Amino acid sequence: MSSKTSLRAVIAVPYAWLAVFFLLPFALVLAIALGTNDPDSVPPVALGFSLENFARLFTDKLYVAAWLSSLRIAAVSTLGCLLLGYPMAYAIARATPARRPLLLMLVVLPFWTSFLIRVYAWIGLLSENGMLNQFLRWSGLSDHPGTILGTEWAVHLGIIYAYLPFMVLPLYATLEKLDVSLLEAASDLGAKPIAAFLTVTLPLSLPGIVAGCLLVFIPAVGEFVIPDLLGGTRTLMIGKVLWDEFFTNSDWPLASAVAICLLVLLVGPIALFQRQQAKSLERAE
Amino acid sequence: MTAPIVKIEGIAKRYGTVQAVAGVDLEIERGELFALLGGSGCGKTTLLRMLAGLETPDSGRIVIDGQDMTGVPPHRRPVNMMFQSYALFPHMSVAANVGYGLRREGLPKPEIATRVAEALALVQLQTLGERRPSQLSGGQRQRVALARALVKRPKLLLLDEPLAALDRKLREGTRFEMVRLQEQLGLTFVVVTHDQEEAMSMASRLAVMNAGRIVQTGTPHDLYEHPATRFVADFIGVANIFEVAASRWMALRPEKIRLAAQRPDTAHAVSGKIVDIAYEGDRSLYRVLTESRGVMLVSTTNVTRTRESLFQRGQSVWLGWNDDWGQTLDE
Repeated sequence: MSSKTSLRAVIAVPYAWLAVFFLLPFALVLAIALGTNDPDSVPPVALGFSLENFARLFTDKLYVAAWLSSLRIAAVSTLGCLLLGYPMAYAIARATPARRPLLLMLVVLPFWTSFLIRVYAWIGLLSENGMLNQFLRWSGLSDHPGTILGTEWAVHLGIIYAYLPFMVLPLYATLEKLDVSLLEAASDLGAKPIAAFLTVTLPLSLPGIVAGCLLVFIPAVGEFVIPDLLGGTRTLMIGKVLWDEFFTNSDWPLASAVAICLLVLLVGPIALFQRQQAKSLERAE
Repeated sequence: MTAPIVKIEGIAKRYGTVQAVAGVDLEIERGELFALLGGSGCGKTTLLRMLAGLETPDSGRIVIDGQDMTGVPPHRRPVNMMFQSYALFPHMSVAANVGYGLRREGLPKPEIATRVAEALALVQLQTLGERRPSQLSGGQRQRVALARALVKRPKLLLLDEPLAALDRKLREGTRFEMVRLQEQLGLTFVVVTHDQEEAMSMASRLAVMNAGRIVQTGTPHDLYEHPATRFVADFIGVANIFEVAASRWMALRPEKIRLAAQRPDTAHAVSGKIVDIAYEGDRSLYRVLTESRGVMLVSTTNVTRTRESLFQRGQSVWLGWNDDWGQTLDE
């Protein structure tokens, strides 16, 4: 076998995988989205070619509101992750080399516990008689504290908590590579510490910021578990709407249309992410 | 005589158990090109970084132009440094790199543009202002680093191994270029180098460092002809060092020894046999195994073109010298 055919064979495997497990199901979902709801048949779909489901997504106020609130919650949570994650990543990158593996392990440590259990734990913290409120009452800081659980704040907290490692790790990777002598040069040329950070550290860590933000933002937009468990009924997110249409209303075509729109919406940021990666690779060469 | 621009008094710096700089006193005159010379780990770079403010001394004082700068952070010192790695900002153009220090001063844009253009012209890079550092050759990057360090007209320009990353041919040309710039601008340069040839040919004065201390300070001529210690005699150039009395040594440069077939009429003479010859064109180096002083190095300048004037390997020869041709050392 020539090296060219073996190379092709190696490339063919992931392509075949994608074709069978992504392209084919996607075609099925698209076909369902173009059909109409038929509660009497199994599955509850009458195939056809109707754009009615897509039209409803853009005209029905509920869906538009869900889209907008998903984007807003994802954006705010991403910002929260960035503000929290940047100092963390910076501190780890500036720690002595011997301590870095331990600190990085602590960042990744939550993954050792199931995601679902970790989100459930937040219910125990944030509910009306949860640990947070018990503490507030016990310490006398507040006699009648409000309940965070069931609000958008709880969803933000949950997303920031769950996705923080995805922000810290790419930021750490770029900050760790940052040559310290560049900061010394900036200082030597008259830059105060804050100016050195803004003109040298921040622009040079931009690839890490973009990577971290997209790694948080993209999955956060379609997040279902966190808003369902922590957000209660008042929080509207598109992932939850999709779930409700599919399981509660059994409206498969509409749920499929939501899924396809979500995918199309996220292609933009993903393409941006890949372009950024390609650019930083180019720069590395 | 004007006051020295730099006064270093009893500076010491320790890293863990390593005494990097162990009590250094030094004065650097205004407008001179001063070199700190020494092997790796001798403390020369630490001393330079303390002048820049990038390291804080454990004890001692640094006075620059009459002002105590010991605890002053780097961004408030009238000092700029050219880093060994150049430390150019990869995300900025050449012009932006050179103008960085001026922008930090908040100068008006037109003035920055003029001064950046002047600095780039000084190092002959006026056409490359828009390039990124990654698009430049090693020699061009070196000149950008130099332009960026001198554009603010610092009272003191510190250069950490400025020529180490260049190849040999480029290094010699750049050496003269830097001396020309230093004289033209009238700035005070402090150059750190491990290369004694570089230090000797560039500096107006130099200090030889060893184990965190300055062993000797002087002009290149002082250090070569009148080394104070065996370390300096051995570190700068080549010397035959031999004991002449109890705890007294003689350091004798190879070119100061007279090489002859017959016993020369010098105060001292030893006979020996040539064991090795290194013919370098302009001069020849002979290793001579003498009867009383072991192997000695002698060099001759090849002023004639005839082969007959050269000595042959295995030939019996005489080496002669007078007492004042070499330096007597006590330690």
